[in-house]
Amino acid sequence: MKKEKILKQIDKLKSIAISEGIDLSSEINRLRGMLELESDEYKKEKEIEEVFSIVQNSRKIERPKPQDFIKSLIKDFIELKGDRRFANDDAIIGGIGYFDKYPVTAVGIQKGHTLNENITFNFGSPHPEGYRKALRLAFQAEKFSRPILFFVDTPGAYPGIDSEERGMAQAIAENLYYLSDLKTPIISIITGEGGSGGALALGVSDILIMMQNAILSVISPEGCASIIFKDSSKAAAAAVSLKLTSFDLLSLGIVDKVIDEGPGLDVDPQIGYRNLTEQISTSLAYFTSLNSKELIEHRYQKLRKIGFYKDTTGFVKKGLNKSKNFIYELFKF
Amino acid sequence: MDKLPDSIKKIFIDKNQDKSLPDNLFAVCPGCQEIVYRPKLEQNLGVCPLCSYHFRISVDEWINFLADADSFTSLFDEIVSVDPLNFPGYKEKLEELYKKGINEGVKTGYVKLDGIKTLIGIMDADFIMGSMGSVVGERITRLFEYGMNENLPVIIICRSGGARMQEGVVSLFQMAKTSAAAKKFSDTGNLYISILTDPTTGGVSASFAFLGDIIIAEPGALIGFAGQRVIEQTIKQKLPEGFQRAEFLEKKGFIDIVCDRRKLRETLVKILEIHRYRR
Repeated sequence: MKKEKILKQIDKLKSIAISEGIDLSSEINRLRGMLELESDEYKKEKEIEEVFSIVQNSRKIERPKPQDFIKSLIKDFIELKGDRRFANDDAIIGGIGYFDKYPVTAVGIQKGHTLNENITFNFGSPHPEGYRKALRLAFQAEKFSRPILFFVDTPGAYPGIDSEERGMAQAIAENLYYLSDLKTPIISIITGEGGSGGALALGVSDILIMMQNAILSVISPEGCASIIFKDSSKAAAAAVSLKLTSFDLLSLGIVDKVIDEGPGLDVDPQIGYRNLTEQISTSLAYFTSLNSKELIEHRYQKLRKIGFYKDTTGFVKKGLNKSKNFIYELFKF
Repeated sequence: MDKLPDSIKKIFIDKNQDKSLPDNLFAVCPGCQEIVYRPKLEQNLGVCPLCSYHFRISVDEWINFLADADSFTSLFDEIVSVDPLNFPGYKEKLEELYKKGINEGVKTGYVKLDGIKTLIGIMDADFIMGSMGSVVGERITRLFEYGMNENLPVIIICRSGGARMQEGVVSLFQMAKTSAAAKKFSDTGNLYISILTDPTTGGVSASFAFLGDIIIAEPGALIGFAGQRVIEQTIKQKLPEGFQRAEFLEKKGFIDIVCDRRKLRETLVKILEIHRYRR
């Protein structure tokens, strides 16, 4: 708003300077300076707006959820239920089928499109038995040398009395532990909301893929705002600070590929599906060509490199982008 | 305590004292509300002589209480935090803490327990709640890698609020990194003992804390994944007495031993011996 006013003022001064033949350059420069200041603030506001709209987009009820991805991408899908220990968690769907020519195990966190669905799926918040089901199916996939596809969309693991009683922390830890050297390819796709540990439990993989408008975060922007800024209304600003968008995470070296959604999955999912299918095909062809030792070593090194710190003995580690690219060159995706 | 005149209370008791060992000569025990004498408390390894309440103790106190005299050698001190996300206020906070001389969310090194050499990691809650950022993740990972190369056992004393928010997803992935390292270490046949102290929650509990071959917890320690306030807000009801405490988790089958701090050292030595680690 202000910006336009200043621009008009400059134009006015310019025309006066020309028509009257007076030197007004110092005045014009002063106004230009104001404009720059203004535009910095403007840019920041714009960024906050943009990032928060991605956060909201990732949670949109119209957006296809992991169960829709599985329906569209996996042929002859047969659902397999239960963790064989306590119960079947409806927040997680798992089973077997074909991706292209490959028999695969597919596991996704279910989120609803309606209130009733959401009540059944617990709003996409799994209990420990959900993660244990996922791990059981992962071991089964390893036994039959089937690649695993994880589709992740969750506000987080469910924080409840029952979850704690049945060892949520232990369940997530165990997934991270065993998935880290499971001897079959794992491809993980963040399709919507990647909520903290509850998402990470299905995120240990050989390649981490993110849909363009998905997010992945250590804490929800709302939670971060209320803890760090002591003001939950600052969620949008917190979202920017957390660097949770797909492109932020790509440049941080956490995510390996971002999938172009075209007009957005909520508008028309077909373009996103097609691009994702292409990426999965390439990755499957590559990772199934590795022997299990190479596969495990690649996965370990991929996790091992994540971190930013200063080694004060002299060597400064700037990050992982370089080393990451190095791996990429090695494996030629 | 009520019998004491206010003027005396002011001198000896720090009102702001939390559950840590007091700086003052006397402290009010959060467990029994009785007044305890600091030197006596120290003698008793930070455990209330009256009600066995376990005070939170510092990294140095842990080393003094647990290890053979002068046997601690620190490792990986050279790795320090940076601010990868340019997170508001993080750089200033780090500078302030480093100035105070606090090293990071975890101190790592090796010690001798009754002559047996073992690697140890002790988390420091004075450093942003002992939260796990890149440095904590890297030091824990290196500790496991060191142990696997040198065939040494690893003991980690956990005490943390979880992942460090200020490092965003980078800190989230430290959970995966440390867990992968724990798995690799485990495959070499070496022993990892995890000791959960008050509090162990969030990203630390959901990674290396719950991956010990043997998991020991201190009496009364708060242990869990989600914070109590978050759970209360989600289910909109009060939490039951003793929920997420060490004894609760022991009953539910997630902890091997709830061990009094005064018996911890001898328990650890016995376990190390049973696993054929020698002096």
